[in-house]
Amino acid sequence: MPSVSKRLATDLLFKGVLGLATVILFIPLIMILYYIIVNGAGAISWAFLTSLPKPPGEIGSGIGNAIVGSAILICIACTISVPIGVGVGVFLSEKPTHTIAKMVRICLEILQGIPSIVIGIISYLWVVLPMGGFSALSGGIALSLMMLPLVIRSTEETLKLIPQSLKEASLGLGVPYYRTMTKIIIPAGRPGISTGIILGISRVAGETAPLLFTAFGNPFLTFNIMKPVNSLPSLIYNYATSPYSDWQQAAWGASLVLILFLFTLSLIARTISTR
Amino acid sequence: MNKQILEISNLSVSIGNDTIIDNISMDFHWKKITTILGPSGCGKTTLIRCINRMHELIPHARVSGSILLFKKNIYEMNPILVRREIGMVFQRPNPFPTMSIYDNVIAGYKLNGIKLGSAEKDNIVETSLCRAGLWSEVKDALHRRGAFLSGGQQQRLCIARALAMKPRILLLDEPTSALDPKSTGHIEDLVSELKESVTIIMVTHNIRQASRISDFTAFLSKGELVEYGSTEKLFTVPEDKRTEEYLSRSAG
Ligand SMILES: Nc1ncnc2c1ncn2[C@@H]1O[C@H](COP(=O)(O)OP(=O)(O)O)[C@@H](O)[C@H]1O
Ligand SMILES: [Mg+2]
Repeated sequence: MPSVSKRLATDLLFKGVLGLATVILFIPLIMILYYIIVNGAGAISWAFLTSLPKPPGEIGSGIGNAIVGSAILICIACTISVPIGVGVGVFLSEKPTHTIAKMVRICLEILQGIPSIVIGIISYLWVVLPMGGFSALSGGIALSLMMLPLVIRSTEETLKLIPQSLKEASLGLGVPYYRTMTKIIIPAGRPGISTGIILGISRVAGETAPLLFTAFGNPFLTFNIMKPVNSLPSLIYNYATSPYSDWQQAAWGASLVLILFLFTLSLIARTISTR
Repeated sequence: MNKQILEISNLSVSIGNDTIIDNISMDFHWKKITTILGPSGCGKTTLIRCINRMHELIPHARVSGSILLFKKNIYEMNPILVRREIGMVFQRPNPFPTMSIYDNVIAGYKLNGIKLGSAEKDNIVETSLCRAGLWSEVKDALHRRGAFLSGGQQQRLCIARALAMKPRILLLDEPTSALDPKSTGHIEDLVSELKESVTIIMVTHNIRQASRISDFTAFLSKGELVEYGSTEKLFTVPEDKRTEEYLSRSAG
């Protein structure tokens, strides 16, 4: 049997390794944040957030159109994926053993495994080609396909945890099934469902690939969902790969804006789900 | 028999391949308390759920036979109307956790989208809580959540919620099995008073409770109706050996 001091030493070593692993995890994270803040903070100003992009070298360039474009894309994605996702999630939790439910689950797994670039191509074939041009709508549809599995899963998982007794209480009072679902069961699951929607938004807010040949990008501001729009991730992609230092600086600024947005979303999701 | 409020004929229920209720026929008595007695798992809950069609929530449950409510087959009626005539109180108190006491009582109206004036609502809430023996305890806290009440108070809130719909029959599925003796006594007194206005069908596996409050008792065993008659007779001179055995075993 090893001596007490030897065992204590092993213990210490083990704890040290765990600590080191944690530190190793933190180093890249802190470095990423550090670089983005150091490089991006200088770029951010009110004018930067509200103005339109200008040619390289001109002062007063901004990312206003990308912020608006991202907001439009997220709104379209939510408008499509929230009602469908909640509806399918309710169906899966209500009829878990139904043949269609089993098929839906398989489809969801496949959908979740499809690379985002391929989702972009699908939306290109379905929407861009028939409509004859790039548009915010086609980008929003691509993003909604990516959000959908998350919304469905979170709805299903949340509703499964709601006690059957609540449903019985309502049905027992002679309340029709659809009213029981819409007035009692779905509201009871609202925190979980909202958290799922927010996580879905954060999942797609940073996506570039599905937007490459759908929303495409646009140096101008537009609110028309039938026109191409810029978005934060595409702007970052275009500016970061450009040879102009002021555009690269703007890419850092836009990255910081995007990260702050995602950070806020995750804070909201945490507050809702722990309430 | 006196006024024919509810008649069960040849009711059988199977879940999957198991027969849970085996060809039961019985009539219930107008404004009396009938208890359904029997060992755990004999089908008491299933039987009373058939009476307001709540068995339809059980996957793979199949029912044959008929149940007539005032001469109308409930299986040919709209289940929503059946459940408004036949209220139900469950084994575990299940008030709506996010609603106030007040909203819990009128939940049946609210959820059904029935518009009521505020005076009418106040009236229904007060009357129902009084009938459920809860008014004096909660009248100053009507807008607090029902979830803050004790278990016994929650169960009486559920009774008030069912009574608010003015049902003609009230089904109670072991309403006191999750409660302490004091709350149990409260609910037994309350049920005895309620028979003035509603017909009560109550499930219990507590024979003392059945003998204390009921006018009629049905004894169920393994899905079969073994014996049904006045409580006094069933408890003093049971006809079937199985009833006698159950009573003597449970009393011991
Ligand atoms: N949802 C269900 N699925 C399958 N079997 C069930 C279900 N509910 C009840 N049963 C079966 O029906 C029988 C009677 O149950 P129940 O009516 O709850 O009895 P009791 O209320 O007398 O205790 C039991 O054998 C039980 O296993
Ligand atoms: Mg039971």
